[in-house]
Amino acid sequence: MDISEILSILNSVFEKETIELKTDIPVEPFLIIAPSKINAISLFLRDEERLQFDFLSSLSGVDYDEENLAVVYNLYSFVHKHKLMIKVIVPKNEPNVKTVSNIWTTTDWHEREAYDLFGIVFEDHPDLRRILLPDDWEGYPLRKDYKVQEFYKGMKVRY
Amino acid sequence: MGILNKLDSKVEQFESGNIIITSADKLLNWARLSSMWQMSFGLACCAIEMMATAASHYDLDRFGIIPRPSPRQSDVIIISGTVTLKMATRVKKLYDQMPDPKYVLSMGSCSNCGGPYWEHGYHVLKGVDRIIPVDVYIPGCPPRPEALLEGLIHLQEKIRSQSIAKKVS
Repeated sequence: MDISEILSILNSVFEKETIELKTDIPVEPFLIIAPSKINAISLFLRDEERLQFDFLSSLSGVDYDEENLAVVYNLYSFVHKHKLMIKVIVPKNEPNVKTVSNIWTTTDWHEREAYDLFGIVFEDHPDLRRILLPDDWEGYPLRKDYKVQEFYKGMKVRY
Repeated sequence: MGILNKLDSKVEQFESGNIIITSADKLLNWARLSSMWQMSFGLACCAIEMMATAASHYDLDRFGIIPRPSPRQSDVIIISGTVTLKMATRVKKLYDQMPDPKYVLSMGSCSNCGGPYWEHGYHVLKGVDRIIPVDVYIPGCPPRPEALLEGLIHLQEKIRSQSIAKKVS
């Protein structure tokens, strides 16, 4: 099933404004979904008979542009052997996205990583704390505007 | 007997064969350099080379170097890999837990100076010598087992030249 068919199934259930299809790009086409709707739409994508996206290959954070961060979801269906890429774009000053860790449990740690390195806050996540960096780390290192700290616990950081 | 071969000209042997005389420095140094027990501890890819060096092909055991599972029983700590700032606090704690006399080998570019992370590694300590004193630096990325062995032999030579008496300045 290709992305336009998936979109038409989604459009029959959800409001049209919450989902946008991007095709005019050199890479594979993807859907842009509103941050507040990602949980409901993900649940539908997993449980709908014709879609059955039972596997989340990857969830990544992206510093999208000057004002926005993004979360990229790569889904795969082992039943139907089709895949789908979804992006959720959120403003940097309020980077809140609904969690999908209740739908695909594997995203628990993926979301913690995106929170750790990009500062994206996943609402309703069961255990949202840093996963790689120390708990007392300041800032989100993979953001383009990240400034390396001079000292960490008395240790000079720069070369 | 090993000590007779290693203590060279300073050893005097009596005819009965049961008494030998040497300086305290020579005896202590001989004991220390012949049993440099290393802490069973690795950080990154250098640790793979270190494990290969400890295995049968290169056989660290023939130098009296055996891995110990506790810092309390260790004489040498080999910093084998990238020291992240998160790990640096643990490395310092492990070093502090070791009893004196203790020695530090910095293995590979990362622990010498930050290695490939020297410029953009926001999370990497640029050289383990910023938190603990290093006795021998081994270059390489990662160093071959031969390089690690040479570093350990250099450390043995360093121990051989030590003295328990304080130098008069």
